[in-house]
Amino acid sequence: MSNVTLKVNGVSHTVDVDPATPLLYILRNDLDLHGPRFGCGLGQCGACTVIINGAATRSCVTPVSAVKGEITTLEGLAQNGVLHPVQQAWIAEQVPACGFCQNGQIMTAKALLDHNPHPTDAQIRAGMAGTLCRCMTYYRVQAAIKRASKELA
Amino acid sequence: MRSTSRRDFLKTSGMLVVGFSATGLSGMSSLVQAPAPSTQGGPYPDPDYKQLDSWIVIREDGTATFYVGKTDCGQGTGTAFRQMMSDELDIAYDKTSCVMGHTDITVNQGGSGGSTAIQTEGLVMRRVAAEARRVLLEMGSARLKAPVDQLVVSDGVISLKTNPGSKVTYGELIGGKRFNVTLTGATIGATTGVAKMKTLQELKLVGKSPQRYDIPAKVDGSLKWAVDVKLPGMVHARNVKPPVAGATLTAVDEASVRNLPGFIRVVRKANYVAVVCEREEQAIRAAQALKLTWEKPSTPSFPSSEDLHKYMRAATPTTKSDARATGNPDAAFSSAAKVVEAEYDVPFQGHTAFSPAHAMADPSNGQMTIYTNDMKAYTMRNGVARFLDMPRENVRVVWMEGPQAYGRTAADDAGFEAAYLAKEIGRPVRVQWMRNEETAWDTKGPAFAFTMRGALDAQANVTALDYDARTADYNHVGYDDPDTVLIAQLMGRRPPTPATGGSDTPSEMYEIANRRTRGQVVGLPLVWETPLRTGNLRDPNGPQVTFASESFIDELAVAAKADAVAFRLKLLQAGSTDDSRFKRVRSIAVVKAAAQTYGWDTRPSPNHQSSGTIATGRGIAYAFRGETVVAEIAEVEVNRETGHVWVKRLVCAHDCGLVINPEALKHTIENGMLHGLSRALHEEVRFDTEKVTSVDWVSSPSLKHTDTPEKIDVVLVNGDPHPDRPDLPQFGAGEAMLKPMLAAVGNAIFDATGVRMRRVPFRDERVLAALKGNTTLRS
Repeated sequence: MSNVTLKVNGVSHTVDVDPATPLLYILRNDLDLHGPRFGCGLGQCGACTVIINGAATRSCVTPVSAVKGEITTLEGLAQNGVLHPVQQAWIAEQVPACGFCQNGQIMTAKALLDHNPHPTDAQIRAGMAGTLCRCMTYYRVQAAIKRASKELA
Repeated sequence: MRSTSRRDFLKTSGMLVVGFSATGLSGMSSLVQAPAPSTQGGPYPDPDYKQLDSWIVIREDGTATFYVGKTDCGQGTGTAFRQMMSDELDIAYDKTSCVMGHTDITVNQGGSGGSTAIQTEGLVMRRVAAEARRVLLEMGSARLKAPVDQLVVSDGVISLKTNPGSKVTYGELIGGKRFNVTLTGATIGATTGVAKMKTLQELKLVGKSPQRYDIPAKVDGSLKWAVDVKLPGMVHARNVKPPVAGATLTAVDEASVRNLPGFIRVVRKANYVAVVCEREEQAIRAAQALKLTWEKPSTPSFPSSEDLHKYMRAATPTTKSDARATGNPDAAFSSAAKVVEAEYDVPFQGHTAFSPAHAMADPSNGQMTIYTNDMKAYTMRNGVARFLDMPRENVRVVWMEGPQAYGRTAADDAGFEAAYLAKEIGRPVRVQWMRNEETAWDTKGPAFAFTMRGALDAQANVTALDYDARTADYNHVGYDDPDTVLIAQLMGRRPPTPATGGSDTPSEMYEIANRRTRGQVVGLPLVWETPLRTGNLRDPNGPQVTFASESFIDELAVAAKADAVAFRLKLLQAGSTDDSRFKRVRSIAVVKAAAQTYGWDTRPSPNHQSSGTIATGRGIAYAFRGETVVAEIAEVEVNRETGHVWVKRLVCAHDCGLVINPEALKHTIENGMLHGLSRALHEEVRFDTEKVTSVDWVSSPSLKHTDTPEKIDVVLVNGDPHPDRPDLPQFGAGEAMLKPMLAAVGNAIFDATGVRMRRVPFRDERVLAALKGNTTLRS
């Protein structure tokens, strides 16, 4: 165990943990940030996605000791009580079914749009390809990304 | 009295708030925030279904909470209940909230199953809401000193017809008080008051599309799920499953983990093993490090997945079933101008929940509370009480949102495991399966092997149909039965015989004079402690059965050189027998609506043979699930060089009777069609003779963003296709859309390529092999 300091959603936290611990468990169990979720622990599904230094990152396979930079979780997307345009698009399109994967969908889409605000359909498909949903909300997710892209224009 | 204690907790601050929140940051209604009972207390007797107070609570501020004994699998069921009940109660939708699936505060309406929540329990909820309205009008009559027929009610405000200024609110009449109204009904499902439900014409919210109340909190991260429950003193557990099916645990080396950080205990009984640690990552590490000695079984546990269907066809069925015949199939086949035969195979397909199974169990106060996403909260409660030998009143199950896998998933197993471990450890235990554990050991949708035979006369009319189905469904997870969960089997606790599932028959309404139908169950060598245990998966047998029946009708259409839509309509329109439930006219209506929406051009299959790399085609299939009927069309692009299939477009014509929330229904249909597409293109449980080998999202692929169709059209065919037909009530709509998808895609692949795919999934390598082998119609 050792002290690790993380900056998450603008707030610094110090936790006493094994530095090999995947970031996901620190966020969920120590910092009570439940947006990122355990889906596979293998980096295959995207449920645990957070954004670190602008990059969508799979926190289930990221040792906490390897984190260099500020972390944004789903809870940190809203600013001053206003949902991020991606989240607003998600509600407008009524995307989630069970919703369990939607952290991964939203965070991956947010990072995608940050890098490419106006992606083509093919770029959306390719950019989201590794983010899985078992309710198969893909059609609505893609519609919401296009809606958010227009809002960001 | 339960309703009194419920009112107490509604008033009490500082209770554990476990979910149902849609407050978030979105500015949506804050009224859907509803507290769960305290973690303290108990026992937890059943809510009295004959008390109106068990169903509806109205507060001083005029808000109401509905207590519904169902669960919401992410399809907007709770929103639909609020719409129906608000309508009957005459209260604004935004002033209502809904609590679902807590065994101690919601009447046992069975949780979810068969997608019948709206169809069946929707009527109960409408009746109790109508009764509450009636009682409130009587109270209003006394308060306003006017007969009930002189009163009007709107959005929870009762006023005089002649003097709208003379009024009283529901909150003023009943807020903070009990109704104390006794209902009648021999069963929960028959619960009713004196009041009559409104006519369809009087319903204002039903048929509208308010946004689902659960969505904002799923988008802003504020929702608390079953995976998120935290309790003081809680610990984390991970199971260690046998390395091969049917293995016997002969030695546990606890010293291999005793000195690991956070280690608390290894819990072992027979072949069930779990490691309990203080922190989650510690439990994961300890479960990986624990040294166990297993003895493999001496004989193969099952055929490999490649040999499964050959085995199933050769096996002696575990249940003997005689074929049921109508007409004289033998005579029809002997006099046929043409006989078509085909075999179809569907593998085991997993529930494969997006989050592995999980539950939290709290043994405080000599009670047992289980927080779970299992859609069968009530049967889990009964089963756990029997499993732990505790009185039912001491066991409570609190349903919370979770990853859906649409059926009887391993969530049930995790609930039993958490409860067992919590009792052993004496602290709240959170158990979660790992990905490989979930994908290998969760309950499976059963594999099927079909043999079909059809007869055509000289005019290419279908004169006979022979359907023979075999299903590997010999160890089926039960309901109240605690012996069918995996932990019980691993502990050596077994019922005398396995809970056998069943086979099934096609749902179509084709008029074929001579039919023979047979369905049988076959067992696999390993009966107990098997990863090939089955459990209901979103219309348990429907997708498999419809793959065979609707692919084969297509083969008959090809043999008749007929258009696939025209051929089906001819078989439907030939009907001269009783159609009292309008199933035939509704079939015709959805087939026509799907074809019209798609822009179907009438021609036989296959499509003109193109020489390019990409072959295109379209396919149709239709089916009933209960009283709900759907017809679906898939348009595919098949890459002849890679075998890759992309379904470019989907159309669904859907008739489930009365629609409560059209937009939410359309979304559910879109998603369900894609679930069917995933099962058509990707999903298959792979195994060798001792273990499941498809264990993660690489070896057990699922649909991806890149598979998504370019266009999905959903048509709600809920208009009246028959002048004499009365208004239909609401039917279940969570499963039917999945049913025809496998056949629609297979039929489209044939139309595109002239190659018939008779085994799902249509993975690239399987399609490519079929294209190279030029496996064409056997006739």
